[in-house]
Amino acid sequence: MIDFVHPALLFILGALPIPFLKGSIRKAYLMLIPAVAILAVLTVQPGSYGAAEFIGQEILIAKVDRLSIVFATVFTIMALIGMVYALHLTGAGEHVAAFVYVGSALGVVFAGDYLTLFLFWEGMAFASAYLVFAQRGKQAIRAGFRYLMVHITGGVALLGGVILHGLATGSLLFGPIEGGMGVAAYLILAGFMLNAAVPPLNAWLTDAYPEATVTGAVFMSAFTTKTAVYVLARAFPGTELLVWLGTAMALYGVIYAVLENDCRRLLAYHIVSQVGYMVAGVGIGTEMAVNGASSHAFAHILYKALLFMGAGAVIHVTGRRKLTELGGLYRTMPLTVALYMVGAFAISAFPFFSGFVTKSMVVAAAGQDHRALVVMALTMASSGTFLHTGLKLPYYMFFGTDRKLEAREPPRNMLVAMGMAAVLCIAIGVFPQPLYALLPHPVDFEPYTGVHITESLGILMFTALGFVLFLRALDPENTISIDTDWFYRKGARHFMWLAEKPLARYEKAVSDVSETAVLPFLHGTARAGLRIDLNGVDAVVNGVARSILRGGGALRQLQTGVVTHYALAMIVGVIAAIAVFAVVWR
Amino acid sequence: MIRRVVDFFGEARYAEQRRRLFYLALVLIVIADFLVPREHAEYLWDRLPGWSAVYGFLSCVLLIFVSKFLGHQGGLMRREDYYD
Repeated sequence: MIDFVHPALLFILGALPIPFLKGSIRKAYLMLIPAVAILAVLTVQPGSYGAAEFIGQEILIAKVDRLSIVFATVFTIMALIGMVYALHLTGAGEHVAAFVYVGSALGVVFAGDYLTLFLFWEGMAFASAYLVFAQRGKQAIRAGFRYLMVHITGGVALLGGVILHGLATGSLLFGPIEGGMGVAAYLILAGFMLNAAVPPLNAWLTDAYPEATVTGAVFMSAFTTKTAVYVLARAFPGTELLVWLGTAMALYGVIYAVLENDCRRLLAYHIVSQVGYMVAGVGIGTEMAVNGASSHAFAHILYKALLFMGAGAVIHVTGRRKLTELGGLYRTMPLTVALYMVGAFAISAFPFFSGFVTKSMVVAAAGQDHRALVVMALTMASSGTFLHTGLKLPYYMFFGTDRKLEAREPPRNMLVAMGMAAVLCIAIGVFPQPLYALLPHPVDFEPYTGVHITESLGILMFTALGFVLFLRALDPENTISIDTDWFYRKGARHFMWLAEKPLARYEKAVSDVSETAVLPFLHGTARAGLRIDLNGVDAVVNGVARSILRGGGALRQLQTGVVTHYALAMIVGVIAAIAVFAVVWR
Repeated sequence: MIRRVVDFFGEARYAEQRRRLFYLALVLIVIADFLVPREHAEYLWDRLPGWSAVYGFLSCVLLIFVSKFLGHQGGLMRREDYYD
């Protein structure tokens, strides 16, 4: 009996038959594989599987422990929800890419060594890039290339770090980085932080996700950043730098979200913000903090997917994505509004929604670790989260000015997928114990205390008061915001200008100098060389040749053609050789 | 049922009811915050009833205006064709 079916394999090999299946058989198949994968993860036993040798290195295809099981569980659940949401698509391309993407993410989560991890890491980048390209259109293609370029750069940093780490420690097994932080550790950390979208390495996310297809963005919102949180939790728990970057990140996303006009880009900035809680949790590194980071990743995948599905449904139905062009959809899309709001309450951490039982664990862990500033900043970020995803976005998308858009509820499969995610968001909030039981460390945390409930409601409802009072200040504007992608979008252009203008001029000046001064000099020396060559060198060469010729003539006269002369000469030679040998040898 | 709830938040004719319910909720939350038992008060603000309401409101206002300031005066917000 096989004791371990690798869920990554289920998805990656399972992607192969998709293009050959048609109609309802394909639909059934698309749901069957994630369902089987969920079962595979639920029944998996902790342990090491698939150990091997490769070019003299230990390879461990799958290392299963409690941390990897948490992430694998939510990944497979999310794969099922995402597939249901994408069932209406007729082309096979996106389904195949999504399968490979999910499979690669699971491969990373179970990877026992850095080479396996790197392989799946790159698989994720390429498969997810397809979900951007599949949107077609100039804007999406460009964003897709930028996305790929950034991820390949991050992959190179990671690979460099892995190789240095392997050379230094002699092992490529994936685990906590021990000893001091050297170049290798920082390169690996940079590679991981890029995928976690830690500023300033965050712009690829907010650049690419809103350009992806409606269904593709749902997958993207779930996997890349959360695998990064997983690898950070595995390799860098308790890294002080991550506490501050995570905290800054939580506020960074919120600040940009105020300025954003594109509905899915606003949500993407909230991925940055929410992943900030997880990164900070990993950085604090206590058992409670790592539990908080893992459980928050679990809850986040579900509510963020729900929010992306809601915004995606609006785009699918209306074809519009800017808040300045949306409004008044609540009349035609009430179900979408209700389901979206479940996600919004969950991300804002309202009591009885999933965020309440997970986000608070990170904040409480920061409090227990005596980090007052982190607690304050993260609490402020939760206020911003509700302000945007719970108030601003739904207000301008569904309520606000009625733009008289023709709309209807999205296809039923989309609503069902949103319903599945919404049920889980509420179930986790009301019954947190099954999730807590799944976490890597034992949980000693009670979210439902009187103080916690009134404090959370105080923060959230008085944020709503601020929203009501300053509504006009929040009106979306027809702008885009400059983020760190400026450096490779505009900065690259400045570099090209530099290459074309000053550098080209410099090159021309250099070649002018060489033409007017250096070249004549070179010509002169060449002519002098030629003279020396003709008169000096050639004379020597000719002289040597002539003497050899003369010597040859003399030798010819010695060759008599008489055998006895030759025999005599040979005997003389042998005697001479013996004489020399006898003298020299002794 | 869902439609009626959503309509309640959308239709202009419920505006007055919405406002009253909202302010009632705010008052109840502050009162509740004064009544709940506080054993594990680690930080100063844990002991202050109503602190979370003040902090939530200030956070919201601060985020709105700091962000908009950075966007307008800091030059973060640009025309949509900025990169074209």
